[in-house]
Amino acid sequence: MNEQPNSFRTGPDERGRFGLYGGRFVAETLMPLILDLERAYTEAKNDPAFHAELAQLGKHYTGRPSPLYLAERLTAHLGGAKIYFKRDELNHTGSHKINNCLGQILLAKRMGKTRIIAETGAGQHGVASATVSARFDFPCVVYMGATDVERQKPNVFRMRLLGAKVKPVTAGAGTLKDAMNEALRDWVANVETTYYLIGTAAGPHPYPAMVRDFQSVIGTELKEQIMEAEGRYPDALVAAVGGGSNAIGLFHPFLDERDVALYGVEAGGHGMDVPNGHAASMNGGRPGVLHGNRTYLLQDDDGQILEGHSISAGLDYPGVGPEHSWLRDSGRVSYVPATDSEALEAFQLCTRLEGIIPALEPAHALAEVIKLAPTMRKDQIIVMNMCGRGDKDVFTVGSILGFEL
Amino acid sequence: MTTRIDRRFAALTKAARPALVTFVTAGDPDHETSLSILRALPAAGADLIEIGMPFSDPMADGPAIQAAGLRALKSGQTLKRTLAMVRAFRAGDDETPIVLMGYYNPIYSYGNARFLADAKEAGVDGLIVVDLPPEEDEELCLPAIRAGLNFIRLATPTTDDRRLPAVLANTSGFLYYVSIAGITGTAAPDTTAVADAVTRIKDHTGLPICVGFGVKTPNQAAAIGRVADGVVIGSALVEAIRTSLDEAGRATEGTVPAVTGLVRSLAEGVRAARQIAAE
Repeated sequence: MNEQPNSFRTGPDERGRFGLYGGRFVAETLMPLILDLERAYTEAKNDPAFHAELAQLGKHYTGRPSPLYLAERLTAHLGGAKIYFKRDELNHTGSHKINNCLGQILLAKRMGKTRIIAETGAGQHGVASATVSARFDFPCVVYMGATDVERQKPNVFRMRLLGAKVKPVTAGAGTLKDAMNEALRDWVANVETTYYLIGTAAGPHPYPAMVRDFQSVIGTELKEQIMEAEGRYPDALVAAVGGGSNAIGLFHPFLDERDVALYGVEAGGHGMDVPNGHAASMNGGRPGVLHGNRTYLLQDDDGQILEGHSISAGLDYPGVGPEHSWLRDSGRVSYVPATDSEALEAFQLCTRLEGIIPALEPAHALAEVIKLAPTMRKDQIIVMNMCGRGDKDVFTVGSILGFEL
Repeated sequence: MTTRIDRRFAALTKAARPALVTFVTAGDPDHETSLSILRALPAAGADLIEIGMPFSDPMADGPAIQAAGLRALKSGQTLKRTLAMVRAFRAGDDETPIVLMGYYNPIYSYGNARFLADAKEAGVDGLIVVDLPPEEDEELCLPAIRAGLNFIRLATPTTDDRRLPAVLANTSGFLYYVSIAGITGTAAPDTTAVADAVTRIKDHTGLPICVGFGVKTPNQAAAIGRVADGVVIGSALVEAIRTSLDEAGRATEGTVPAVTGLVRSLAEGVRAARQIAAE
């Protein structure tokens, strides 16, 4: 499995494959639409005006570039490598999700679509979708698992304020995968008018490549910023992986910089030894086909998809973007789990030492940084993607720590 | 190669009537009852039988078939048991074509080559795999054809003339025309639009065309049967199963008759279709 290609940045192929992974596993009703989308995206990608508009919005609406911040107290506390945060939590709407949403809403406009649908787990992508829909005057429906609606109330309210309809999904365990099923059902029934704004680097081709491209602004900015700050590239990059959009956005520009070690952190939930107690598809699953692509999935012996578990609604998904599956098999990226309790500790440590409340998703990445930094020399550098802010999680964390909110 | 499906459509053409294609989910509400329903379907008037392979994430299905799949999975149905069910059915019926319908992951998990061999051996005649479009033919479609199984494709209102040849290329047995852009068992099809679509598709293929998604009543079945070679009924049958269950969701004495009764009236509707049309 470990044969090394000349470049890790050439995928996907014309069939939307990253090696074994990816593809277009969708119902016939959606197939013509997927092909249209691919054509429209290829055109947009080659249109300087599209890029100019996106860059303009990135700068003045999102607040890009996001700062690169040296976490001095955390570095001193851990006593090893120098730790930087790429601060995408400072973006408008509070996470990296807006990068992708702006790109896709411009595409929806180009394609003449009149209605936006989206799925959301933690609600960050739902909020970002509702935001760009408000800004560009599209009606927007967000599908959200009923369990997630319950644990992410502040974001549900934000979406409603922004004018989106939030539809709770009670099928299955009422989490992200069920929301995605329901969004696909809506799309099939409304193919002519509707643009499906997928929030992560997964789904049928061209979504994984397109979402990656829109998120790669993170890694591209970092290359410039770290050269300015340190005069060289980092030794390691660390990012949380649910579907994997922030991670692929950080990693992709560095894939061919072989001296940069890459760590993707999956949700270890209650622990990897607890059956169906985690959401780490690459550490605890096997390849399968769901939601339009082949990728690592949590599934039982009969190929039925498992729900998984994570304290973080944003990581609570039984699959992962197909490019990550390919990078896992090729050995270019190390995917490691972090448990709920490790993430919770990292969440509190970061808040106290740096005055930054991280979202529970990057708190998983931080848990790996806490393990990794002390094993590295003081002249080495780690950059972690702080992909979301923790305001939305204070209720969840509060209830676990026994605070009445 | 002539299959049971080919032979059945040849016989129906001779009899000048459309096929009634019935869909039930394997293992709904439990393995034994499901097998009893299966065995009773041909006598009640089913010409072809589609058996749903339950999947945790049926993205193309509406609430009725989603619920049927969950009932089946809860009762312990697996792909292995679905194949055993076909084998048991075949012991008493060597004529009625059986088509397995579902999603790719349970098959992929079972192992494609092993699945095709076991399905053929069990007496399966055709496959409908919703999330395998022509773009992914190398996965299962071409191996299925080589194994002697019909691979039946769905065409939809979004399948235009440009795309139709790709959809038809490796399709055999029959073509399944999805009468609405949407999920199973929701909107009712517009008969005029369906007639236009069937006529359009007939220009491209000599395959029989069966129409499904949203057909619920004998009258609708008769209307569709006037313009198509077959009518597929699914959600209405699994709803008949659901309403026959007791409070704990278990089968009752009424479960099998609920299905066969509905199939009988649907068969009358379908059989009347051409008689009315001929008058």
